[in-house]
Amino acid sequence: MLGPTDYLLWFLTAFLEAGAVVCALRAKCFGRYFVLGVYMAAAFLLTAGRYIVFLHFGFSSDQYLYFYYYSDALLTICLYFALMGLYFQVFGEMGAKTSLRVAAMLLLAGTALVSYFIIDSSRDRMITRFVVELSQNLYFVGVVLTYLLWGAMLKLRETRTRLIQLVLALGVYFSAFAGCYALRNLHPEWQIWRYVSHLMAIWLPVAWSYTFLKIPEEARLATARLAATRSR
Amino acid sequence: MIAALIFVISIATLLQFFVSYCRSVIAGYTKQELSLQGREITGIENRIVRAEEFQRLLQLLGLCPEPGTDASDIRAVRAYFKLLSLARKAVGRLAPAVADWAERERRTCAYFAAVALDRRIAYSRELMTQQISNV
Repeated sequence: MLGPTDYLLWFLTAFLEAGAVVCALRAKCFGRYFVLGVYMAAAFLLTAGRYIVFLHFGFSSDQYLYFYYYSDALLTICLYFALMGLYFQVFGEMGAKTSLRVAAMLLLAGTALVSYFIIDSSRDRMITRFVVELSQNLYFVGVVLTYLLWGAMLKLRETRTRLIQLVLALGVYFSAFAGCYALRNLHPEWQIWRYVSHLMAIWLPVAWSYTFLKIPEEARLATARLAATRSR
Repeated sequence: MIAALIFVISIATLLQFFVSYCRSVIAGYTKQELSLQGREITGIENRIVRAEEFQRLLQLLGLCPEPGTDASDIRAVRAYFKLLSLARKAVGRLAPAVADWAERERRTCAYFAAVALDRRIAYSRELMTQQISNV
Protein backbone atom coordinates (compact mmCIF):
# COMPACT_ATOMS: atom_id res chain seq x y z
CA MET A 1 0.00 0.00 0.00
CA LEU A 2 1.07 3.55 -0.69
CA GLY A 3 1.20 6.12 2.11
CA PRO A 4 0.84 9.92 2.00
CA THR A 5 4.63 10.29 1.52
CA ASP A 6 4.47 8.23 -1.70
CA TYR A 7 1.65 10.36 -3.09
CA LEU A 8 3.38 13.57 -2.05
CA LEU A 9 6.65 12.56 -3.74
CA TRP A 10 4.77 11.39 -6.82
CA PHE A 11 2.87 14.65 -7.31
CA LEU A 12 5.94 16.71 -6.42
CA THR A 13 7.99 14.90 -9.09
CA ALA A 14 5.34 15.51 -11.75
CA PHE A 15 4.99 19.15 -10.71
CA LEU A 16 8.75 19.76 -10.82
CA GLU A 17 9.15 18.04 -14.20
CA ALA A 18 6.46 20.23 -15.71
CA GLY A 19 8.02 23.19 -13.87
CA ALA A 20 11.40 22.57 -15.54
CA VAL A 21 9.77 22.84 -18.99
CA VAL A 22 8.03 26.07 -17.93
CA CYS A 23 11.33 27.47 -16.57
CA ALA A 24 13.11 26.70 -19.89
CA LEU A 25 10.30 28.47 -21.77
CA ARG A 26 10.34 31.41 -19.36
CA ALA A 27 14.10 31.79 -19.66
CA LYS A 28 13.65 31.70 -23.45
CA CYS A 29 16.18 28.87 -23.80
CA PHE A 30 13.84 26.02 -24.73
CA GLY A 31 15.05 26.06 -28.34
CA ARG A 32 18.72 26.04 -27.39
CA TYR A 33 18.25 23.13 -24.97
CA PHE A 34 15.42 21.53 -26.93
CA VAL A 35 16.34 17.88 -26.17
CA LEU A 36 16.51 18.61 -22.44
CA GLY A 37 13.06 20.21 -22.58
CA VAL A 38 11.67 17.26 -24.53
CA TYR A 39 13.14 14.86 -21.96
CA MET A 40 11.47 16.76 -19.10
CA ALA A 41 8.15 16.78 -20.96
CA ALA A 42 8.45 13.02 -21.58
CA ALA A 43 9.32 12.47 -17.91
CA PHE A 44 6.20 14.42 -16.88
CA LEU A 45 3.97 12.43 -19.26
CA LEU A 46 5.36 9.09 -18.09
CA THR A 47 5.00 10.09 -14.42
CA ALA A 48 1.35 10.90 -15.16
CA GLY A 49 1.06 7.63 -17.12
CA ARG A 50 2.42 5.64 -14.18
CA TYR A 51 -0.20 7.23 -11.93
CA ILE A 52 -3.00 6.29 -14.34
CA VAL A 53 -1.74 2.68 -14.57
CA PHE A 54 -1.47 2.60 -10.77
CA LEU A 55 -5.08 3.84 -10.39
CA HIS A 56 -6.39 1.18 -12.81
CA PHE A 57 -4.35 -1.84 -11.79
CA GLY A 58 -2.85 -1.14 -8.34
CA PHE A 59 0.71 -0.77 -7.11
CA SER A 60 1.51 -4.49 -6.78
CA SER A 61 0.08 -5.47 -10.17
CA ASP A 62 2.20 -6.89 -12.98
CA GLN A 63 0.89 -4.17 -15.30
CA TYR A 64 2.23 -1.42 -13.04
CA LEU A 65 5.54 -3.25 -12.55
CA TYR A 66 6.07 -3.68 -16.29
CA PHE A 67 4.95 -0.14 -17.10
CA TYR A 68 7.24 1.30 -14.42
CA TYR A 69 10.39 -0.50 -15.51
CA TYR A 70 9.85 -0.21 -19.25
CA SER A 71 8.96 3.47 -19.02
CA ASP A 72 12.09 3.93 -16.90
CA ALA A 73 14.24 2.26 -19.59
CA LEU A 74 12.53 4.46 -22.21
CA LEU A 75 13.23 7.58 -20.14
CA THR A 76 16.87 6.58 -19.75
CA ILE A 77 17.13 6.29 -23.53
CA CYS A 78 15.54 9.77 -23.81
CA LEU A 79 18.13 10.98 -21.33
CA TYR A 80 20.82 9.60 -23.64
CA PHE A 81 19.50 11.91 -26.32
CA ALA A 82 19.54 14.78 -23.82
CA LEU A 83 23.17 13.95 -23.05
CA MET A 84 23.92 13.85 -26.77
CA GLY A 85 22.36 17.31 -27.01
CA LEU A 86 24.87 18.50 -24.41
CA TYR A 87 27.69 16.81 -26.36
CA PHE A 88 26.58 18.72 -29.45
CA GLN A 89 26.63 21.97 -27.46
CA VAL A 90 30.24 21.32 -26.41
CA PHE A 91 31.59 19.81 -29.63
CA GLY A 92 29.18 21.47 -32.09
CA GLU A 93 31.67 24.08 -33.20
CA MET A 94 34.29 21.40 -33.92
CA GLY A 95 32.20 19.76 -36.67
CA ALA A 96 31.98 16.37 -34.95
CA LYS A 97 28.19 16.01 -34.95
CA THR A 98 27.94 13.01 -37.33
CA SER A 99 30.63 10.99 -35.57
CA LEU A 100 28.97 11.74 -32.23
CA ARG A 101 25.59 10.58 -33.52
CA VAL A 102 26.99 7.27 -34.82
CA ALA A 103 29.00 6.64 -31.64
CA ALA A 104 25.94 7.31 -29.44
CA MET A 105 23.73 4.92 -31.42
CA LEU A 106 26.35 2.17 -31.40
CA LEU A 107 26.84 2.56 -27.66
CA LEU A 108 23.13 2.45 -26.95
CA ALA A 109 22.58 -0.65 -29.10
CA GLY A 110 25.67 -2.29 -27.59
CA THR A 111 24.49 -1.71 -24.00
CA ALA A 112 21.03 -3.16 -24.74
CA LEU A 113 22.56 -6.21 -26.45
CA VAL A 114 25.07 -6.91 -23.67
CA SER A 115 22.28 -6.61 -21.04
CA TYR A 116 20.08 -8.98 -23.08
CA PHE A 117 22.82 -11.61 -23.47
CA ILE A 118 23.67 -11.49 -19.76
CA ILE A 119 20.05 -12.23 -18.84
CA ASP A 120 19.53 -14.68 -21.69
CA SER A 121 22.30 -16.80 -20.26
CA SER A 122 20.20 -17.28 -17.08
CA ARG A 123 16.73 -17.99 -18.43
CA ASP A 124 15.27 -19.01 -15.08
CA ARG A 125 15.10 -15.37 -13.98
CA MET A 126 12.14 -13.05 -14.63
CA ILE A 127 11.91 -10.60 -17.53
CA THR A 128 11.65 -7.69 -15.04
CA ARG A 129 15.08 -8.70 -13.83
CA PHE A 130 16.29 -7.92 -17.33
CA VAL A 131 14.79 -4.44 -17.13
CA VAL A 132 16.42 -3.73 -13.75
CA GLU A 133 19.75 -4.92 -15.13
CA LEU A 134 19.24 -2.95 -18.35
CA SER A 135 18.44 0.21 -16.37
CA GLN A 136 21.50 -0.29 -14.17
CA ASN A 137 23.72 -0.71 -17.26
CA LEU A 138 22.12 2.19 -19.13
CA TYR A 139 22.57 4.51 -16.15
CA PHE A 140 26.14 3.35 -15.73
CA VAL A 141 26.94 4.01 -19.40
CA GLY A 142 25.31 7.40 -18.81
CA VAL A 143 27.72 7.99 -15.90
CA VAL A 144 30.69 7.10 -18.10
CA LEU A 145 29.49 9.32 -20.96
CA THR A 146 28.80 12.27 -18.65
CA TYR A 147 32.19 11.80 -17.01
CA LEU A 148 33.87 11.81 -20.44
CA LEU A 149 31.95 14.95 -21.38
CA TRP A 150 32.95 16.65 -18.13
CA GLY A 151 36.58 15.64 -18.70
CA ALA A 152 36.44 17.08 -22.23
CA MET A 153 34.90 20.30 -20.88
CA LEU A 154 37.74 20.64 -18.37
CA LYS A 155 40.30 19.97 -21.11
CA LEU A 156 38.66 22.39 -23.56
CA ARG A 157 38.30 24.99 -20.78
CA GLU A 158 34.59 25.33 -21.38
CA THR A 159 33.38 28.51 -19.64
CA ARG A 160 29.60 28.59 -20.22
CA THR A 161 28.23 28.39 -16.66
CA ARG A 162 24.78 27.24 -17.76
CA LEU A 163 26.18 24.36 -19.79
CA ILE A 164 28.56 23.41 -16.96
CA GLN A 165 25.74 23.26 -14.42
CA LEU A 166 23.45 21.28 -16.73
CA VAL A 167 26.16 18.67 -17.30
CA LEU A 168 27.12 18.43 -13.62
CA ALA A 169 23.49 18.07 -12.54
CA LEU A 170 23.06 15.28 -15.08
CA GLY A 171 26.23 13.63 -13.76
CA VAL A 172 24.84 13.67 -10.21
CA TYR A 173 21.55 12.19 -11.45
CA PHE A 174 23.12 9.40 -13.53
CA SER A 175 25.59 8.45 -10.77
CA ALA A 176 22.89 8.39 -8.09
CA PHE A 177 20.58 6.19 -10.16
CA ALA A 178 23.35 3.85 -11.36
CA GLY A 179 24.49 3.38 -7.75
CA CYS A 180 20.92 2.90 -6.57
CA TYR A 181 20.09 0.31 -9.24
CA ALA A 182 23.35 -1.55 -8.56
CA LEU A 183 22.54 -1.73 -4.85
CA ARG A 184 19.00 -2.77 -5.71
CA ASN A 185 20.44 -5.62 -7.78
CA LEU A 186 22.46 -6.67 -4.75
CA HIS A 187 19.59 -6.26 -2.25
CA PRO A 188 16.23 -6.48 -4.07
CA GLU A 189 14.39 -7.09 -0.79
CA TRP A 190 15.00 -3.58 0.60
CA GLN A 191 11.77 -1.52 0.51
CA ILE A 192 13.50 1.86 0.85
CA TRP A 193 14.18 2.00 -2.94
CA ARG A 194 10.72 3.30 -3.58
CA TYR A 195 11.44 6.52 -1.64
CA VAL A 196 15.06 6.83 -2.72
CA SER A 197 14.23 6.68 -6.44
CA HIS A 198 11.48 9.30 -5.99
CA LEU A 199 13.83 11.59 -4.08
CA MET A 200 16.53 11.21 -6.72
CA ALA A 201 14.04 11.88 -9.51
CA ILE A 202 13.37 15.28 -7.90
CA TRP A 203 17.02 16.34 -8.23
CA LEU A 204 17.24 16.76 -12.01
CA PRO A 205 14.16 18.98 -12.57
CA VAL A 206 15.10 21.12 -9.55
CA ALA A 207 18.72 21.55 -10.68
CA TRP A 208 17.81 22.24 -14.31
CA SER A 209 15.02 24.68 -13.36
CA TYR A 210 17.49 26.54 -11.14
CA THR A 211 20.03 26.72 -13.98
CA PHE A 212 17.49 27.88 -16.57
CA LEU A 213 16.08 30.57 -14.29
CA LYS A 214 19.12 31.78 -12.35
CA ILE A 215 22.07 31.42 -14.71
CA PRO A 216 22.03 33.75 -17.71
CA GLU A 217 23.28 32.31 -21.02
CA GLU A 218 26.15 34.79 -21.11
CA ALA A 219 27.47 33.87 -17.61
CA ARG A 220 31.02 32.54 -17.70
CA LEU A 221 33.11 30.55 -15.24
CA ALA A 222 36.64 29.15 -15.13
CA THR A 223 36.11 25.37 -15.32
CA ALA A 224 39.47 24.60 -13.68
CA ARG A 225 38.10 26.06 -10.40
CA LEU A 226 35.42 23.37 -10.28
CA ALA A 227 37.40 20.12 -10.56
CA ALA A 228 36.59 18.22 -7.36
CA THR A 229 40.17 17.12 -6.73
CA ARG A 230 41.61 20.60 -7.14
CA SER A 231 42.34 22.68 -4.03
CA ARG A 232 41.65 26.39 -4.10
CA MET B 1 30.28 -8.68 -8.64
CA ILE B 2 29.51 -6.35 -11.59
CA ALA B 3 26.74 -4.67 -9.58
CA ALA B 4 29.13 -4.10 -6.64
CA LEU B 5 31.73 -2.59 -8.97
CA ILE B 6 29.12 -0.31 -10.60
CA PHE B 7 27.97 0.76 -7.14
CA VAL B 8 31.46 1.74 -5.97
CA ILE B 9 32.31 3.63 -9.19
CA SER B 10 28.93 5.39 -9.20
CA ILE B 11 29.35 6.63 -5.62
CA ALA B 12 32.83 7.94 -6.44
CA THR B 13 31.57 9.84 -9.53
CA LEU B 14 28.49 11.03 -7.62
CA LEU B 15 30.73 12.72 -5.04
CA GLN B 16 32.91 14.28 -7.74
CA PHE B 17 29.95 15.64 -9.69
CA PHE B 18 28.22 16.91 -6.57
CA VAL B 19 31.31 18.72 -5.26
CA SER B 20 31.90 20.31 -8.69
CA TYR B 21 28.22 21.31 -8.90
CA CYS B 22 28.34 22.99 -5.49
CA ARG B 23 31.56 24.75 -6.46
CA SER B 24 29.87 26.08 -9.60
CA VAL B 25 27.08 27.56 -7.43
CA ILE B 26 29.60 29.10 -5.01
CA ALA B 27 31.92 30.37 -7.79
CA GLY B 28 29.51 33.13 -8.79
CA TYR B 29 29.90 34.63 -5.31
CA THR B 30 33.58 34.01 -4.54
CA LYS B 31 34.70 36.10 -7.52
CA GLN B 32 33.31 39.13 -5.71
CA GLU B 33 35.29 41.18 -3.18
CA LEU B 34 33.56 42.26 0.02
CA SER B 35 32.60 45.93 0.23
CA LEU B 36 33.98 48.14 2.98
CA GLN B 37 30.64 48.17 4.76
CA GLY B 38 30.35 44.38 4.45
CA ARG B 39 33.79 44.02 6.04
CA GLU B 40 32.86 46.32 8.91
CA ILE B 41 29.63 44.47 9.68
CA THR B 42 31.05 40.95 9.41
CA GLY B 43 34.40 41.82 10.99
CA ILE B 44 36.20 40.10 8.12
CA GLU B 45 39.51 41.68 7.19
CA ASN B 46 40.50 39.83 4.02
CA ARG B 47 39.27 36.99 1.76
CA ILE B 48 40.06 34.31 4.34
CA VAL B 49 37.04 33.58 6.51
CA ARG B 50 37.09 30.93 9.25
CA ALA B 51 34.74 28.03 8.59
CA GLU B 52 33.26 28.49 12.09
CA GLU B 53 31.93 31.89 10.97
CA PHE B 54 29.51 30.20 8.54
CA GLN B 55 26.67 29.74 11.04
CA ARG B 56 27.04 33.29 12.42
CA LEU B 57 26.96 34.72 8.89
CA LEU B 58 23.84 32.67 8.12
CA GLN B 59 22.17 34.10 11.23
CA LEU B 60 23.04 37.61 10.06
CA LEU B 61 21.67 36.75 6.61
CA GLY B 62 18.38 35.79 8.28
CA LEU B 63 18.08 39.32 9.69
CA CYS B 64 18.27 41.00 6.26
CA PRO B 65 15.33 41.36 3.90
CA GLU B 66 15.42 38.77 1.10
CA PRO B 67 15.90 40.08 -2.43
CA GLY B 68 14.32 36.80 -3.62
CA THR B 69 17.29 35.75 -5.73
CA ASP B 70 19.68 33.97 -3.38
CA ALA B 71 17.54 31.71 -1.17
CA SER B 72 18.08 28.56 -3.27
CA ASP B 73 21.84 29.23 -3.46
CA ILE B 74 22.02 29.58 0.32
CA ARG B 75 20.05 26.37 0.85
CA ALA B 76 22.34 24.44 -1.54
CA VAL B 77 25.53 25.77 0.06
CA ARG B 78 24.19 25.10 3.56
CA ALA B 79 23.61 21.45 2.54
CA TYR B 80 27.11 21.30 1.03
CA PHE B 81 28.60 22.77 4.22
CA LYS B 82 26.82 20.13 6.33
CA LEU B 83 28.10 17.38 4.04
CA LEU B 84 31.65 18.71 4.31
CA SER B 85 31.41 18.93 8.10
CA LEU B 86 30.18 15.35 8.19
CA ALA B 87 33.00 14.17 5.91
CA ARG B 88 35.55 16.03 8.03
CA LYS B 89 34.30 14.39 11.21
CA ALA B 90 33.90 10.93 9.67
CA VAL B 91 37.28 10.55 7.96
CA GLY B 92 39.30 13.31 9.63
CA ARG B 93 41.46 10.96 11.69
CA LEU B 94 41.89 8.33 8.99
CA ALA B 95 42.67 10.70 6.13
CA PRO B 96 44.04 14.09 7.24
CA ALA B 97 44.35 15.21 3.58
CA VAL B 98 40.57 14.83 3.15
CA ALA B 99 39.99 16.73 6.39
CA ASP B 100 42.23 19.58 5.16
CA TRP B 101 40.42 19.68 1.83
CA ALA B 102 37.02 19.72 3.59
CA GLU B 103 38.20 22.55 5.82
CA ARG B 104 39.29 24.63 2.78
CA GLU B 105 35.90 24.02 1.18
CA ARG B 106 34.14 25.01 4.40
CA ARG B 107 36.10 28.26 4.43
CA THR B 108 34.95 28.92 0.85
CA CYS B 109 31.36 28.30 1.97
CA ALA B 110 31.90 30.84 4.77
CA TYR B 111 33.20 33.40 2.24
CA PHE B 112 30.13 32.68 0.09
CA ALA B 113 27.92 33.49 3.11
CA ALA B 114 29.85 36.74 3.69
CA VAL B 115 29.34 37.83 0.06
CA ALA B 116 25.64 36.86 0.20
CA LEU B 117 25.32 39.00 3.35
CA ASP B 118 27.14 41.85 1.62
CA ARG B 119 24.69 41.68 -1.29
CA ARG B 120 21.70 41.67 1.06
CA ILE B 121 23.05 44.68 2.93
CA ALA B 122 23.44 46.51 -0.39
CA TYR B 123 19.86 45.52 -1.28
CA SER B 124 18.56 46.79 2.10
CA ARG B 125 20.34 50.12 1.57
CA GLU B 126 18.80 50.40 -1.88
CA LEU B 127 15.34 49.71 -0.44
CA MET B 128 15.86 52.33 2.26
CA THR B 129 17.04 54.91 -0.28
CA GLN B 130 13.95 54.25 -2.40
CA GLN B 131 11.65 54.65 0.62
CA ILE B 132 13.32 57.91 1.65
CA SER B 133 13.06 59.29 -1.89
CA ASN B 134 9.35 58.31 -2.00
CA VAL B 135 8.67 60.22 1.25
